[in-house]
Amino acid sequence: MSVEKKATRAAYGETLIELVEQGHNIVAIEADLSGSTTTKKLGEAYPDRLVNVGIAEQNMTDIAAGLAATGRIAFTGSFAVFGAGRAYEQIRNTVCYNNYDVKIAPTHSGITVGPDGGSHQMVEDIALMRALPRMRVLVPADYASAKAAIALAAKTPGPFYIRLGRAAVPQVHEGGFELELGKAYVLREGSDVTLAACGIEVAQALEAAEILAQEGISAEVIDMVSVKPIDVDTLVGSVAKTGRIVTCEEHSVLGGLGSAISEVLSEVRPTPTRRIGMADCFGTSGSPDELISYFNLDAESIAQAARELVG
Amino acid sequence: MPNTTFDFETVARKATRMRIDIIEMLTAAGSGHPGGSLSAADIVATLYFGGVLRYDVAHLDDANRDRFVLSKGHAAPVLYAALAEAGIIERSELRGLRQLGHMLQGHPDALKTPGVEVSTGSLGQGLSISCGMALGMKLDSAPGKVFCLMGDGELQEGQVWEAAMFAAHRKLDNLVAIVDNNGLQIDGRVEDVMSLGDLPAKWRAFGFDVIEIDGHDIEAIHQALTTPICPGKPRVIIARTHKGQGVSFMEDQAKWHGNAPSEEQGKLACDEIRAKGGDCSCQ
Repeated sequence: MSVEKKATRAAYGETLIELVEQGHNIVAIEADLSGSTTTKKLGEAYPDRLVNVGIAEQNMTDIAAGLAATGRIAFTGSFAVFGAGRAYEQIRNTVCYNNYDVKIAPTHSGITVGPDGGSHQMVEDIALMRALPRMRVLVPADYASAKAAIALAAKTPGPFYIRLGRAAVPQVHEGGFELELGKAYVLREGSDVTLAACGIEVAQALEAAEILAQEGISAEVIDMVSVKPIDVDTLVGSVAKTGRIVTCEEHSVLGGLGSAISEVLSEVRPTPTRRIGMADCFGTSGSPDELISYFNLDAESIAQAARELVG
Repeated sequence: MPNTTFDFETVARKATRMRIDIIEMLTAAGSGHPGGSLSAADIVATLYFGGVLRYDVAHLDDANRDRFVLSKGHAAPVLYAALAEAGIIERSELRGLRQLGHMLQGHPDALKTPGVEVSTGSLGQGLSISCGMALGMKLDSAPGKVFCLMGDGELQEGQVWEAAMFAAHRKLDNLVAIVDNNGLQIDGRVEDVMSLGDLPAKWRAFGFDVIEIDGHDIEAIHQALTTPICPGKPRVIIARTHKGQGVSFMEDQAKWHGNAPSEEQGKLACDEIRAKGGDCSCQ
């Protein structure tokens, strides 16, 4: 794990520029947040490739659908609470129902949006997006993985949700990392407990594994970047070995990664489970690091859940 | 590549045929929306059979085609009637409307039905989708236009006005919005439920070129739909219509928004449409 920190959103605008330069027919649609989401640089380089609709996320989503209907690969940005939340029904009935090539890629998700407070900290988006037929959900852990997720979505037809974040996070993957849809990545092998995480929680899980190692507990850490489709084989293979699992996400424990994993394992291989995530509550203002601790999403909280399972 | 040149008699005959199809398919289905399908029948007939909409039955995905977006998706039967009449879908499909295992869904589904440009039914979204299409076509220097048919009750959806701002801002003069201004919605008169105010003034204020017509006067519809574009301005055609037009017991009755006729009512309705429309045998 690299100490140099970088936000996953930093990958957004620049990766879109690279994809345009590789010949992909990309267009980004924004709702007055192109500076925050980093697509402004795309618009500066290629003015026709950025469409700003003003503060109108529902319109943004359906404009993207119309542009996709003319053969484009359309990316929508904004913050998750607006781009996924406010525009949910547009995503359902126009993007997914038509199976358009629209990629919903909001750059500000989860509590690490930080000081803006609970109104802007979207912790229900994975649940919303995961429930939609035809939607694929990627939650990258770091900058390299975010680049790979954006490229994968651009090159795979149909709707995608790519959950990006504002906070700078450590690098857990090598640069040039290539992502496979529906594949989970074992970042650290272990035998006593599985820590299955997505997004910024992957780095916390790796740190928790270090803490546990010092106590003689061997934790396996899996990056569940592809929340939907989910990698059943990797999950089952891991818990067959460890017999216990802690799920870790910067999202509500209702409907997100923990739910997805519990759904799979309860049918295929029932496994003692603890879910780390937002406990059915809204966020609050604070710095990202403070909030991760305050809401018990930090490495120590993950380690504690693992200790309880290992008993 | 217009399929036909304008011939008033032909369009009128098609509109009559489409009204009968609408009644027959809804009667067979036992549910659906006759009122808003009948109010839009003359507009849709003129689009498809008056040489307005450019489409090629053999190449429905031609990038140079015009696009018709039925934003008021509950009026699906009027679209299905046009698609059958145009030979895009088999006429026999009409009897399968709203039935399990058949292609004609309660609201248009582009993935199931050829000729449906985009799946619609959730009101307020069609104009945004049309704006995206119109912008994409401009960026591609494609020659086509986008025609978007909305209901007047639908204009209560705020997203319509987000799209209207966008269309004017982006100077989408290849966009033609059409308002089926029948004055009724499910809960009653639009003016009583949520009044729209001065509709032409609203659209003008949003930067649109506004044309007002009688939405059952086929020559007026044709003239409005073929008026040369106003460079740099999107257009809206406000078509005053009657819900249930052509069937006297349905006309201007909100209760016929979303109720299908019984067998007996269906027969009465078709008899009346035939009597008024004269010969409407398939061409």
